[in-house]
Amino acid sequence: MKYLLLINTDAVDENGGAAECTVEDWMAYDKEVREAGIWVSGESLADLVTATTVRVDENGTPTVTDGPFAETRELLGGFYVIDVPDLDVALDWAARCPGARGSGAVVVRPVADFGA
Amino acid sequence: MASIEAVFREERGRLLASLVGTFGDLDLAEDVTGDAIEAALVRWPADGVPAKPGAWLLTTARRKAVDRLRRDQTFAAKLAVMRVDAERAEPGVLAIADDRGAELPDERLQLFFTCAHPALLAEDRIALTLRCLAGLTTAEVARAFLVPTATMAKRIVRAKRKIKENRIPFRVPQGAEWARRLPCVLQVVYSIFTEGYAASSGPHLQRADLAGEAIRLTRILHRLLPGERDVAGLLALLLLIHARREARCGESGEFVLLEDQDRGRWDRAMIEEGRGLVHRALTGGPPGGYGVQAAIAALHDEAADVATTDWPQIVSLYDVLLTITPSPVVAMNRAAAVAMRDGPEAGLALLDELADEPKLREYHPFPMARADLLHRLGRPAEAAESYRRALELARTEPERDHLRRRLAAVAREQN
Repeated sequence: MKYLLLINTDAVDENGGAAECTVEDWMAYDKEVREAGIWVSGESLADLVTATTVRVDENGTPTVTDGPFAETRELLGGFYVIDVPDLDVALDWAARCPGARGSGAVVVRPVADFGA
Repeated sequence: MASIEAVFREERGRLLASLVGTFGDLDLAEDVTGDAIEAALVRWPADGVPAKPGAWLLTTARRKAVDRLRRDQTFAAKLAVMRVDAERAEPGVLAIADDRGAELPDERLQLFFTCAHPALLAEDRIALTLRCLAGLTTAEVARAFLVPTATMAKRIVRAKRKIKENRIPFRVPQGAEWARRLPCVLQVVYSIFTEGYAASSGPHLQRADLAGEAIRLTRILHRLLPGERDVAGLLALLLLIHARREARCGESGEFVLLEDQDRGRWDRAMIEEGRGLVHRALTGGPPGGYGVQAAIAALHDEAADVATTDWPQIVSLYDVLLTITPSPVVAMNRAAAVAMRDGPEAGLALLDELADEPKLREYHPFPMARADLLHRLGRPAEAAESYRRALELARTEPERDHLRRRLAAVAREQN
């Protein structure tokens, strides 16, 4: 079963990364996920200042604004999609993710399966 | 018929757990458990109760489940999933021995862990445990928590969907995970008992049925995990408190303080059983929170009256409890025990140190304890003020009545 791990952070340092983990932590985690054979996909998102939001109103007119969706307090920094047997295994991998430390949080969502 | 109902009550949880284990689907398991019990209600009065009623019910339910799955288009897909799960399940984990023979393996422990999974909302864990393990109907669970049946039905559906769509596993966690998850299971049962022991609101002070159900569930847990000292401690605690149920209410349902209770009405057999379990919970390793609380309850239960209660020992047990589970409520109870050991002045000084704790600000036992000590110190005006504050916060009628009577007594002294 596929699970999406959404890596959220609300405190970023001057390099745009969470203060509680290093680049080496991320590299080690990435290697672990791949070697475990559960990696489906995953990306780290570019710096937050690059985010742009598009909205389309009821008349079909798009509005483009700078920055991420305003209502979110925690900011999406990247994601993994992993394929594991059940939620407990997914939660275990989420807990090992450097992005879950300190002020960060990893939201685990099952990927809907419409093919069953 | 009474015996048949008793059989159903005992078998329902085991049946459900076993079927969830096989089919991995809580809704399907509930449906066919109901079907099997319905079939038994038709057949047994005519044919007699079978020699192994549990096995009869399980066989019937399994057949009905397979019938349903066959009719279902997704049968092939589900069967594939079931096979994968069966291969992954470690042998020995799923088959917990039961004293009634191997024909119906007891898989209720897995169900306890599934219902108490931390991915579920705390209130949903309680509802689901009552629904699945205690076998209460959705309407009964709703009544227990004073919410409309439709609201409770929605909550149970939501929790089941989360289990199904997230694939919350039906399994007892291993290793470090075990230590993290067991407290969650115990907390669920304890919360059920607490709601039964002291209802959070409503016309009655306690609901003996709900408290009794919590004890039944803890007994099952203790039977499944005889070596777990925290489980023994929890069972001891619940028994030692529940033993006082008859004396906690007066003839018209009014609240009776521990010091005024007729100790002759305490359930001696239950106290003896609880004391034996306290001993087990407190030997062979560092004590757990439930065991220490049980030891405190045991000291109250053993005393002939409040004056001869071993207050110094109770205060030291609260000191231990504060190191295990530090909380303002524990500190408050410790202050009340200190008042009994060293006098009301000492207790009041400790209570006043806790006055700024946010957790106690809306907690009516706090102003009530303060008022009692002020009253004993001969400061009726301040006592009245504190009783009034407690009255604002108390939510059950018997407690409110008690506070009104105390308030009237203090007012008489003021004049």
